[in-house]
Amino acid sequence: MYEHLSRFAQTGGLIYFFAIFAVVLVYALWPRNQKRFDEAAQLPLQDREPGDE
Amino acid sequence: MSTATLKRGGMDNSTASVAGLLGVFAILSIYIAANAMDRLMGVHATIFLFALAAWLVGIGLWAGKLEGRDPFDETKYEDTLVKFGVFASMFWGIAGLLVGIVIALQLTWPNLFYFEQWGFTNFGRLRPLHTSAVIFAFGGNVLLATSFHVVQRTTRARLFGGMWPWFVFWGYQLFIVLAATGYLMGVTQSKEYAEPEWYADLWLTIVWVTYLIIFLGTLWKRKEPHIYVANWFYLSFIVTIAMLHIVNNLSLPVSLASSKSYQLFSGVQDALTQWWYGHNAVGFFLTTGFLAIMYYYIPKRVNRPVYSYRLSIVHFWSLIFIYIWAGPHHLHYTALPQWAQTLGMTFSIMLWMPSWGGMINGVMTLSGAWDKLRTDPVVRMMVVSLAFYGMSTFEGPLMSVRAVNSLSHYTEWGIGHVHSGALGWVGFISFGALYCLTQWLWKRKSLYSIALVEWHFWLATIGIVFYIVSMWFAGIMEGLMWRAYNEFGFLEYAFVETVEAKHISYIIRMVGGLLYFSGALIMAYNLVRTAMGHERINQPADAPAVSNPPAAASLQPAE
Amino acid sequence: MGLLNNHGVLERHSLILTIAILITVSIGGIIQMAPLFYMENTIEKVEGMRPYTPLEVAGRNIYLREGCYVCHSQMVRPLRDEVERYGHYSLAAESMYDHPFQWGSKRTGPDLARVGGKYSDEWHVDHLIDPRALVPESIMPPYAFLAEKSLDYDNIEADLKALRMVGVPYTDEMIENAKADLVAQVDPEAYFDEQDALTARYTEASGREGTVQIRDFDLDPDRITEMDALVAYLQMTGTLVDFSTYEAEDLMNRR
Repeated sequence: MYEHLSRFAQTGGLIYFFAIFAVVLVYALWPRNQKRFDEAAQLPLQDREPGDE
Repeated sequence: MSTATLKRGGMDNSTASVAGLLGVFAILSIYIAANAMDRLMGVHATIFLFALAAWLVGIGLWAGKLEGRDPFDETKYEDTLVKFGVFASMFWGIAGLLVGIVIALQLTWPNLFYFEQWGFTNFGRLRPLHTSAVIFAFGGNVLLATSFHVVQRTTRARLFGGMWPWFVFWGYQLFIVLAATGYLMGVTQSKEYAEPEWYADLWLTIVWVTYLIIFLGTLWKRKEPHIYVANWFYLSFIVTIAMLHIVNNLSLPVSLASSKSYQLFSGVQDALTQWWYGHNAVGFFLTTGFLAIMYYYIPKRVNRPVYSYRLSIVHFWSLIFIYIWAGPHHLHYTALPQWAQTLGMTFSIMLWMPSWGGMINGVMTLSGAWDKLRTDPVVRMMVVSLAFYGMSTFEGPLMSVRAVNSLSHYTEWGIGHVHSGALGWVGFISFGALYCLTQWLWKRKSLYSIALVEWHFWLATIGIVFYIVSMWFAGIMEGLMWRAYNEFGFLEYAFVETVEAKHISYIIRMVGGLLYFSGALIMAYNLVRTAMGHERINQPADAPAVSNPPAAASLQPAE
Repeated sequence: MGLLNNHGVLERHSLILTIAILITVSIGGIIQMAPLFYMENTIEKVEGMRPYTPLEVAGRNIYLREGCYVCHSQMVRPLRDEVERYGHYSLAAESMYDHPFQWGSKRTGPDLARVGGKYSDEWHVDHLIDPRALVPESIMPPYAFLAEKSLDYDNIEADLKALRMVGVPYTDEMIENAKADLVAQVDPEAYFDEQDALTARYTEASGREGTVQIRDFDLDPDRITEMDALVAYLQMTGTLVDFSTYEAEDLMNRR
């Protein structure tokens, strides 16, 4: 059991990382998401109160 | 809505439920105080009881003065709480730095700064006091204050939960008091950066889960379609710290009336759990939390959006993923199996990439506004904090390489490394945020004195340089001395000779600490004067008075 | 967009974001830590490890209380200079009963994993009372108050019980006799049979003769002080395992 688990920790970790990294990269660079990101990036700059419409 | 939620003589539901919870804990602490198995538990239960009593009286007095006014007006931000957080940060920051200077003095002149009749002032008890005060009391309050500020501004919603955010704030201060008095009296689990005993840990768990619910609740009622990336960082900080805290503090109290507990894990397993916790406390408390500050306060202060929002997404996910694996680099050459050490080292080296990605993103936000580095020392402070972040996240992976670690581990190099991160990165980005918050929340045109910010900046920067250079020198020297052999093949130096050799470095380190501390005192003075509405007449002509002043329309009558 | 749009969902729905964060940060820890909880293979086969005696437990608790771990490691690394300076490198088995572990992270003072037996009791007592009286360059704090403070061992049974619940193999007999054993180990007036019973109990657990040290550690026969307990603990560290039976090259001990 120990042997299996420790071997998995060493190889599985790397594969898992690359999978996540690929998904995140594709998402971040997907052209159609650009507009959403641009809007979100402006959020800190606005100066409105919760009551404002 | 205000009339609907107000009952019981001006006490709304959230206030009543907070008071109820405090009442339950008061009864519990009376029980424990009466049955305490050891003196220290008795003392702590009594402190806890008095704190809760004072708290309840405070709530009562506050509710009595409401006179039908809705204290949690949904059309306004909860800024008073953030103001409290600013002052709590200042207070604990100064206290923590002061203890740091005391223990630096103890190592430098032991004959003068140890007091035989006062065992509670020995280094072993004061060092946890110092680390907890600067990390959890100062850093924690900065994170509480800024997260409550940022989440409101970026969601355009008042904090969720009415009185509950105040419960988190005061509950956290009470945890700090329990932890600090515990260290002095000798109540400790002896796990680094997780020293508080089981009951303080349980109290913190309640406070922390409430914090998470408030943060999520505020996100849920947001009036903006997107969740700004700073909130992702705050959320990962809150969630992960909850997980780390619970797992690393799994322990069995000797009795419910005893201040002593024994860890569930032992030996190797406990070591790995501890450094999984310890390393990720750095990763998620001292890194993602403060990166959230970077992602809000730098864009806000220079009035331009973050350099690349795409990069911030990649930064976020790769950082939180990689960090969690890096813990075993604290256990090189120990009895931990070697495969685990190698795995920790590999991920530590990979960690360099997202760290620098984030740093570049923060610095490049200034592109097109580089002149602010010269004109606004607050901006400069935050950008220099990123430089220190870059430096210590380069040094960290280097030190995680086994061969380097065999020299650097157990030495002052480690102390130097954590202080370049703590004083340079965490300290400077926090000071930057505190300057911004004080100016913005008290709605001042400018800080009381820009010149004093310059003084703070330069004193602190020189202090950091003194500190880390002396510790590099001391650490590498002692590492080399420990492994030095003479011509006959024997160890060249006795251990105590390496201690003696560090004396000069200790003096320089202590001076560095004093410089940094005096900078913090100047900041506190400046912030208090700013909050009081004072402004020095002789501001330099290019003072950044217009660096993002609050919109005139949002000015409110005196609070 | 399809699947990729999932991340957009993440951004809009904070609960899903929270869960995604939790999964990301927990899987790494689980994959990395789970193997170690299959203990047999991380703990070497050695002879001599036994649960600490009640006096040693009390002493160890003082070691924790005073924060000794902030300056002293208990982990000799397998490097030539460390082995020559401190002794055989530390084995995982040697900290198997340490709740919590005391490996430390900084050596402002020397490693203490094998300090047991290196110095006399008298040296330890004098050194703890005034470190600079013996080592003028030392920067260690003075612990004179330990010699003046009577050891509070009223609840030592409860300590042993709690330790048993987290996995230390104390027998019923050890727990029942905890107080008597504590006194027997340190009080010169104690009856021989009580001392013999203590030795027998812990020698059996150890499987090895000579791991129980019985004497008045603080050289103050009138009472049992915190100094007694701390010195008893220090004199025990690193002495339990019989290294003549340890075979580093044994396949079971490779790591």
